[in-house]
Amino acid sequence: MVEFWELIREPVFIVLKIVAIVAPLMLAVAYLTYAERKIIGYMQVRIGPNRVGPRGWLQPIADALKLLMKEIIVPSSANRFLFLIAPMLSIAPALAAWAVMPFTDTLVLADIDASLLYILALTSMGVYGVIIAGWATNSKYAFLGAMRSAAQIVAYEIAMGFALVGVLIAGGSLNLREIVLAQQGSLLHWFWLPLFPLFIIYFISGVAETNRAPFDVAEGESEIVAGFHVEYSGMAFAVFFLAEYANMILIAALAALMFLGGWLSPFEGTWFESWFTWVPGVFWLLAKTSLFLFFFLWLRATFPRYRYDQIMRLGWKVFIPITIVWLVVEGAAVMADIGPWFD
Amino acid sequence: MDFERFIFYFFAAVLVFAAGRVITVRNPVHAALHLVLAFFTCAALWLLLEAEFLAIALVLVYVGAVMVLFLFVVMMLDINVSPLREGFIRYLPVGLSVAALIVIEMFLVVRARNFGADAVAIPARHGADYSNTRELGSVLYTDYVYPFEIAAVILLVAIIAAIVLTMRRRPGTKHQNPVDQVAVKSSDRVRLVKMKAEERQ
Repeated sequence: MVEFWELIREPVFIVLKIVAIVAPLMLAVAYLTYAERKIIGYMQVRIGPNRVGPRGWLQPIADALKLLMKEIIVPSSANRFLFLIAPMLSIAPALAAWAVMPFTDTLVLADIDASLLYILALTSMGVYGVIIAGWATNSKYAFLGAMRSAAQIVAYEIAMGFALVGVLIAGGSLNLREIVLAQQGSLLHWFWLPLFPLFIIYFISGVAETNRAPFDVAEGESEIVAGFHVEYSGMAFAVFFLAEYANMILIAALAALMFLGGWLSPFEGTWFESWFTWVPGVFWLLAKTSLFLFFFLWLRATFPRYRYDQIMRLGWKVFIPITIVWLVVEGAAVMADIGPWFD
Repeated sequence: MDFERFIFYFFAAVLVFAAGRVITVRNPVHAALHLVLAFFTCAALWLLLEAEFLAIALVLVYVGAVMVLFLFVVMMLDINVSPLREGFIRYLPVGLSVAALIVIEMFLVVRARNFGADAVAIPARHGADYSNTRELGSVLYTDYVYPFEIAAVILLVAIIAAIVLTMRRRPGTKHQNPVDQVAVKSSDRVRLVKMKAEERQ
């Protein structure tokens, strides 16, 4: 009995840790939809959902229950296997990427050496869910959405990758934990300052990668109804939704880790630093992540949708040249040992 | 059979299956998707070889970008399979002889005398602090710096050639100038005219 426990102890603990990451993530996704509707509501001088539960707090629960109960319809001319596997292909990378996310210096499920590369590789696989869904549906609208999404993601992934190259030059590592530790010192030691153009480009590319407004041509309600998920209903649709919001949170958390010092306190290096030492590092990380999530919602409430050719122009002709130029600048700064970041 | 060997045989079986389906399946989109599966399992096998960087780069470049573009093209084509199968018998001798030639060449290079357990020592497992990425980088930029740079230049030439070959200048097409669009002021578009109120009739 003891031997058996020794054998299964590690797998059991890993499964428990996965549950400890995924369960709060799903809850965060649910309440991100609520926050989105409330915040956009207030920005448009409406109240937003306020009927289910006090102040509408139970609205996301009601939505989830509704989607669970609904029938999953498979169109008769659709490719049944691919149609049903597409939502899984879109949520699996969105969740798997969280395996290497460091929440504090010690709190990380898999502290692998090339965690930044791992996340980039997995987020680039999320597009398959969209493409396969669009093709398997066998409908013009869905297919157009999938094609738009594929072109957009390939375009912005390059700019995103170059921005990450800048981060790993500055951090001297591909490991997210070490990248955060390289930013220790003060608010001005964080990488947002020396890598400011890359920071902006990373975040905008992240918005484009997650197909969020103003880059949501893959859904484009006014032109192609709902794009790639036009024929999906019930839980299959909900899984796409979950993947999109989990990806948003992932991009926001990555931006916080790589450019805003992750779990490091923003008051480090100031005279009142000691007042905040009792605050756990996770709190700072979540606060910074929430800031970026608010930007996501703010952008959606503010900007009209980009035209398709403008999206392509911005990605290929503006972002990629800027990132390459800034990599050269950064290389020069590294060679010149410009402090406090590159010494 | 220990766990690692089980993982190896599992992924190897999936890889062989997927690679076989790439050439046997009728639908080109399904073939491309099987190729994606083949790349992905191949990356998993590379992880077992402690080639983490190459494995993740394979997923990032081939699965994440190249195959997306591949699917992009294949999905838009409406390939009718039956004309492709015409002349199967006619081309069979040529195909078989090419295949036989390739098999002989591979046999000459990749055989037990060159790559068997006697010829190549079984590599030792590295410690937990071994960084595949760091090792690869330091070798690539010291011992192999000239081949690496030459490969980079060849790639650059290929990129430029691809652009030059496909670029067509069509006169008469209309396109916007974003600089002009951004520089526009309201006074360029709308003219406000002051006028007296007209008499009531």
